[in-house]
Amino acid sequence: MLYIKCPYCGLRAQKEFSYGGDATVKRPNINEEVSSEDWDNFVYMRKSPRGKHIELWQHIAGCRQWIKVQRDTATHEIFQTAKVTEEIR
Amino acid sequence: MSQSFRLNKEGLINRNKKISFTFNGKKLFGYEGDTIASALIANGIHLVGRSFKYHRPRGFFGAGVEEPNAKLQVEFNGHSEPNVNATEMELVEGLSATSQNCWPSVNFDIGAINNFLKMFFPAGFYYKTFMWPKSFWYKIYEPFIRKAAGLGVASIEKDKERYEHKFEYCDLLVTGSGPSGLASAYAAAKNGAKVILAEDKPRFGGTLLTDDVSIDNLSGKDWAEKIITELKSMPNVTVKNRSQVFGYYDHNMLVMFERVSDHLEKKSKFTPRQRLWYIRAKETILSTGSIERPIVFGNNDTPGIFLSAAAKEYMKVYGVLVGKKPLIFTNNDSAYETALEFKKNNVEPIILDTREEHSSELIDEAKSKGIDIRFSHGVIVANGYKKVKSAKIGKLNKDKNSFEKIETIECDCICVSGFWTPSVHLASQSGNKLKYEEKIDAFIPDKKKQHETSVGAANGSFTLEESLKHGFENGSNLSAKITETKTEITIPNVNEKKYGAHDKFWCMPLPKNENPKRFVDFQNDVSVSDIEIALREGYRSIEHVKRYTTLGMATDQGRTSNLNGLQLVSNVENKIVPEVGHTTFRPPFTPITIGTIVGREVGMEYMPTRKTPMHEWHEKNNAVFVDAGAWKRPRYYKLGSETLFEASKREAKNVRENVGICDVTTLGKIDIKGPDAAEFLNRVYTNAWMKLPVGKARYGLMLREDGIVMDDGTTTRISENHYHMTTTTAQAANVLSHLEYYLQIVWPELNVNVVSTTEQWAGAAIAGPKSRDMLSKLYPDLDVSNDALPFMGYKEAEFFGVPSRIFRISFSGELAYEINVKSDHGMFMWEKMMEVGKDFGNQPYGTEALSTLRIEMGHVAGPELDGRTIPSDVSLNGLVSKKKDFIGKNSLGREAFNVESRQKIVGLIPIDRKSSIPEGSHIVQDQNAKLPNPKLGHVSSSCWSVENNNPFSLAIMKDGKNMIGKKFFAVSPLKNKSIEVEVISSHYVDPEGKRVRS
Repeated sequence: MLYIKCPYCGLRAQKEFSYGGDATVKRPNINEEVSSEDWDNFVYMRKSPRGKHIELWQHIAGCRQWIKVQRDTATHEIFQTAKVTEEIR
Repeated sequence: MSQSFRLNKEGLINRNKKISFTFNGKKLFGYEGDTIASALIANGIHLVGRSFKYHRPRGFFGAGVEEPNAKLQVEFNGHSEPNVNATEMELVEGLSATSQNCWPSVNFDIGAINNFLKMFFPAGFYYKTFMWPKSFWYKIYEPFIRKAAGLGVASIEKDKERYEHKFEYCDLLVTGSGPSGLASAYAAAKNGAKVILAEDKPRFGGTLLTDDVSIDNLSGKDWAEKIITELKSMPNVTVKNRSQVFGYYDHNMLVMFERVSDHLEKKSKFTPRQRLWYIRAKETILSTGSIERPIVFGNNDTPGIFLSAAAKEYMKVYGVLVGKKPLIFTNNDSAYETALEFKKNNVEPIILDTREEHSSELIDEAKSKGIDIRFSHGVIVANGYKKVKSAKIGKLNKDKNSFEKIETIECDCICVSGFWTPSVHLASQSGNKLKYEEKIDAFIPDKKKQHETSVGAANGSFTLEESLKHGFENGSNLSAKITETKTEITIPNVNEKKYGAHDKFWCMPLPKNENPKRFVDFQNDVSVSDIEIALREGYRSIEHVKRYTTLGMATDQGRTSNLNGLQLVSNVENKIVPEVGHTTFRPPFTPITIGTIVGREVGMEYMPTRKTPMHEWHEKNNAVFVDAGAWKRPRYYKLGSETLFEASKREAKNVRENVGICDVTTLGKIDIKGPDAAEFLNRVYTNAWMKLPVGKARYGLMLREDGIVMDDGTTTRISENHYHMTTTTAQAANVLSHLEYYLQIVWPELNVNVVSTTEQWAGAAIAGPKSRDMLSKLYPDLDVSNDALPFMGYKEAEFFGVPSRIFRISFSGELAYEINVKSDHGMFMWEKMMEVGKDFGNQPYGTEALSTLRIEMGHVAGPELDGRTIPSDVSLNGLVSKKKDFIGKNSLGREAFNVESRQKIVGLIPIDRKSSIPEGSHIVQDQNAKLPNPKLGHVSSSCWSVENNNPFSLAIMKDGKNMIGKKFFAVSPLKNKSIEVEVISSHYVDPEGKRVRS
């Protein structure tokens, strides 16, 4: 079970969180034209890297904030966590 | 039978407390502190089971967790458990143990014929023999294999025991209380760290209990006791015996299995039997020690053959002799300690040492005590079927591949030692890639992967001095980093015997024309020849050899067999062991009970139960409940001997004719506040929300980004910047996360807050033509006329003195209202409604009637919004705005969503107007067509239309409304039914929706 540092609550067990997918995907702006290709990329296309991955988790059994987690998909090592408004490099 | 193998004094058992137990029906005695194994050996019993494949007689081999053979069926405290390790289970009064895998008895087992047919049971036997014919598998082969193989019998009774889970956090977890574990825990505790020390056995001290050593002039046992006593007195230390750390998981989480009361006769009602600990440790010391490995020789599985350290442990801990004419067979010095222990107890051992004559501290001591030592010797084959009677021994030539002399000597036990294998299981589970240490012919941990540090024998250091030093240093350094305090500790003076080098010898050759079985893996009956066959047949990877031969796959995980198996593969393959590699170590290290994994999450505690504030009323009024997620909802209220069908029909009919009330508390409720709330709703829902006036409700549909309908519900504008959203019961949690996702991540610029208020409000629907009359009695001072409170209207008013919210919304399709009051007032509201409703023919109705009402109206719900439908599939395209953007809008243009033949919602009625159509039925053109019969759609919801008095169903069907008027078959192979149906509109009752507006 992973140990995830919520930027609001501190280190908490994985069972308090829910996984939310790739955090680098950006939704096309609302009320703006978008090409079919861009839209399909947003809805369906995800990378599945072996190694570092920036992803979203929601602290559902805690503060209910969505957070960013940089995790190694092979080793589960967590390098960094951040608020969604912050950048992970 | 008397305890004729019990020594007079030796041992740590309590001789003042006799314990009676039975073994295979025979009544026997042991002492408090015995294991089942030590008590049986004390009684001279060695034959305890039959082997897995050949049903060969098997006895005890080890004295603890390494035991491969002695797995018993144990009955105690009213439960029966298979595969209990006799060397670990403590003796308790009234315990009853029986042998497994034998019939009719362990002494005469018919399955032993396999032993004489062994040429037919080589490696891969099952794969080769049971291949064909295919039809034989289920009826003949599998039942046969299941009966012939396998170990104990799992109980089918309900487990009455109590199990618990516990979460714990610590600075340092120490796994094992041998010398290095004690030293680590002590040093860390002195630095003020929060320490947990876990010991698998009942007694602390590990090898200190059996080795002839002294520390600071105390015996090993006394020093261990001193340290443990001090640790127990420290508030920052938790010391646990009977606790096995069996799994090392991600981010330094370890899981421990504690036998809380398995060894107790009486316990309080709330004492758990076993407890599972989830321990998040900042640092972990793996002081798991090492396990002795055997030397392979002929018939090495005969009862009476022991690991040499086990034989010593039986003497020193339990005061039990494993035999009175022992043969010690070794390639190293440690077995000499066993020999000296026998000698001390006036038993004359003979030592066979594979090494050439040489000298060391222990050898010299054994010589000086007059022990018969034969160098360059080894056991070729053990004689005796159910117990060792003698052994054929041989003097090895210089190359150790043939014999210079062979003779037979009498013995009643053989104690074998092939050197030591560090227990690296936990280190390997942590992700540590192991490395091969030539010096000890075994794997030890390599670079750390997590915060784990292996010390002592687990790290390949086999001297006490080294183990203690390593333990104190690591315990101190690791904890000092956390606590930032460092207390100086003087490393104690140690007195121990120096061991000479061991012999890299692991398997006895066989003389010409002799071919006894030489077992590598006892528990799975894997012999040298099985592994040779696998290699001959082309298996190369050690993982493949393991699976083909089942080497190391039994419950003991090959603790005594892995390295010998690797040696064999490397010899045949002419490779060195590290090139062969090792198989993967997986948790659990030892078998644990299913009960412990489940813990308290059984029965009512399996998941939380959510009850509405009116639950008690429903119970008192014969409600039959149905689970809706964690909620309990009344499905129907049973009157007299009514069936579900009769009751739901009565309730639904009463709503259509009079009025009924329904508990709708379980609907998801979300409070939405903020100046941008309208804009937010406008983006979330498919329809327009910017112009909804205060005091009005609107039905809304929300999509996922891929265009699929996510949920539907009504949202009401309570005040300028305050909305009350309802969701379906099932989607409540998902919708909240969905809203939070968009507010926190996608549109953080919107000034809106959302919070779940599901449990703050109790809700009741009042539905039926007489609902307005009833409402006016509930709110005598309020104008509830169609003009003052029209369809989709909202009002706040006092309900007999308590604040309430009135929504004029309808799921049943009738004139209807929903009243919300604070949860605490829910029961009050409900009882008032029942009281006032009497005059109007009011009856409560459950979810079954609710479904009937919505189905015949053609209102969609979960079965239609099943994660595959878009708005136009369920006739809700009128709610999809063409003018504005919203979540999922861009997906609705996809080609596949706009094909005319796409499956869409329709209604179905049976031609005979009588046969109910099972939900899930497939719609086909021709019920007799050849398979695969093209499927045109499926039946999503079915009911008995109370309005038309015949069955009616909703279906999602190809070509949708174009099919109206045509006839098909609804077939349900599951219920073996085929019903001819006609396609009609999905709006079966009141298609214009007049009633809700009346």
